[in-house]
Amino acid sequence: MSAEVIDVEIEPRKVPDAFLSVRELRVHFPTDDGLVKSVDGLSFDVERGQMLGIVGESGSGKSVTSQAILGLHKGSRAQGTGEIWLDGRELVEAREEEMRALRGSEMSMIFQDPLSALHPFYTVGWQISEAYRVHNKATKKQARVRSVEMLARVGIPDPDGRFDDYPHQFSGGMRQRAMIAMALICNPKLLIADEPTTALDVTVQAQILELIKDVQREFNSAVILITHDLGVVAETCDSVVVMYGGQCVERGAVDDIFYRPQMPYTWGLLGSMPRMDRTRQARLTPIPGQPPSLIQVPAGCVFNPRCGFTDKVPGRRCFTAHPDLGDAGPGHLARCHIPAPERLELFQSEIAPKL
Amino acid sequence: MIRYITRRLIGSVFVLFIVSLVTFAIFQLAPLLSHTSPVYYYIGKIPFPPHSVQLKLLEHRFGFDRPLPQQYWNWLHGILFGRTIDDGTGDIQHCGAPCLGYSFRLNTSVTTLIAQAFPVSLSLAVGAAVLWLVGGVSIGTVSALKRGKLIDRVGMTMALAGVSLPIFFTGPILLLVFEFQLKWLPNVTYAGITSDPAQWLRSMVLPWITLAFLFAALYARLTRANMLETMNEDFIRTARAKGLSRRDVVVKHGLRAALTPVVTIFGLDIGQLIGTTVITETVFNLRGLGFLSIQSIRQQDLPVIMGVTIVAAVAVVVANLVVDVVYAVVDPRVSYS
Repeated sequence: MSAEVIDVEIEPRKVPDAFLSVRELRVHFPTDDGLVKSVDGLSFDVERGQMLGIVGESGSGKSVTSQAILGLHKGSRAQGTGEIWLDGRELVEAREEEMRALRGSEMSMIFQDPLSALHPFYTVGWQISEAYRVHNKATKKQARVRSVEMLARVGIPDPDGRFDDYPHQFSGGMRQRAMIAMALICNPKLLIADEPTTALDVTVQAQILELIKDVQREFNSAVILITHDLGVVAETCDSVVVMYGGQCVERGAVDDIFYRPQMPYTWGLLGSMPRMDRTRQARLTPIPGQPPSLIQVPAGCVFNPRCGFTDKVPGRRCFTAHPDLGDAGPGHLARCHIPAPERLELFQSEIAPKL
Repeated sequence: MIRYITRRLIGSVFVLFIVSLVTFAIFQLAPLLSHTSPVYYYIGKIPFPPHSVQLKLLEHRFGFDRPLPQQYWNWLHGILFGRTIDDGTGDIQHCGAPCLGYSFRLNTSVTTLIAQAFPVSLSLAVGAAVLWLVGGVSIGTVSALKRGKLIDRVGMTMALAGVSLPIFFTGPILLLVFEFQLKWLPNVTYAGITSDPAQWLRSMVLPWITLAFLFAALYARLTRANMLETMNEDFIRTARAKGLSRRDVVVKHGLRAALTPVVTIFGLDIGQLIGTTVITETVFNLRGLGFLSIQSIRQQDLPVIMGVTIVAAVAVVVANLVVDVVYAVVDPRVSYS
């Protein structure tokens, strides 16, 4: 991520330098109950060779963001505004046909549950070959050779034999490996992994993350890793976006987020994460309350109903004014009314000792 | 796969055995419950006073005084290997397998009667099935993809009409319009497909449409529901994320999954329709199995009723078997579970 602070008033239509640049992205879904603001003004950059983690609770807009980048909402009722720049091309306004050509070739995606994400009636090899044949003029034989190559690359034993197996004949970890092979078969420059390890058991999780890191290095691709597991982020990512209620509440390098977090929500996330490197002091402290409704977002700061520090801000501003994503250090932004030096001190004195 | 088919085959034979037992048992129960001699249901009248020696002799001649297992075996043996039949005139005829008995009312062997009726019912069921499958699946798919739009509403309204309107309504309406008003298909009578294909087609068009209208409506609703569910599946999202065209996503990934359950029901429906299209056959005066069964029930012609029952059961069981095998092909997960 670039070191410059990206302020809210970006000149429109200026092609950004970053490989992937999301600017003020908004994805809203009109429903019978009202407008669901799943993503509301999200900005971030990712460079090639970098891994960005997007963390947040369920319903914070992580997956919607990733699907918006791939343009999977096009043709549905979702309303997307803002800008998404991929390698100099704007995607929010791009036509479905242009997006289709990019999907799977320039950018691809790994999904959460590989069993339901693979078609149950086609062989794994057929599905991987299909991904190759969409974007490349290749005979079935060539596609097969290439697919077997990819299966071998992601560590499937006996790739030629397993090519003709169906997804239900694969184990969970192998299915996710196959998904990765499918996502990478056209050498995409951007890979989005939407909770790639959530449905897997812990030993396999580590292998899959290692594989994603490996292939990232090999293909020098930009990776967005969407997760609610901060441990995963700490191990793999270069920078982090913390999302809450469809907004980015804190953004920075991975060290900033873990050692100098400046937003009470991030503190809460860190406090609810089990850690092996500390002596066990007390029970994990969950964040009280529920994620906000995305139809009636709380006035003022989105996090105010669950925040324990609203009394640190004079004049109930947490409940009346929506905080900007403000400077919190080099390349570090946080959305909080508490002044930055005070936040840092609060973290050091009250939060850090309890982690 | 071979083992799977073998297992299903053995199961089917077992089911048919049970069906034959039940059918035979009913044949035995009917005279018992109505306190008449089985001779009545066999030849249609009781030519001698009850409990008379002549009647006893007649019962002996037809074998009704033998033990039940032996009677069952004779009947089953006739179906499997053929047997001799006493037609009452003193002639002892040989009736080759599958011998389903002899109808004294119609003076014909049941096998002959069914052999005449079966092609009619088969033509009706298969022709209508092709129509309703194509029509129902297309309407259902388009409705699902255009959910809530005008075309969906029109399609689903038609489907509602289709499932609501009985055949004895749509059939006569079609007859009235196309045969009597427009005179497009005047006075057609059934002809075998081999003897006169054009005439066969002309005679079958209206019955097909009548029957297909009802089933197309069911299939449109089923396809629509399945398709709506499938298009929300994760693997559809994967297919789109791969960059597949809309057509490929819908046909290769969506329909492929949505139609799998339709295959099951389709096979069963065809199997069941053979021998049960009574109303359609009656409306259009087609001499199929449904017509034959109604006729024999009215005349209390028990050998024919039994024959039709067995043939209809075989049709259902065979359809089931075909469905099971086809299902194992279309859903690779099946043969392993």
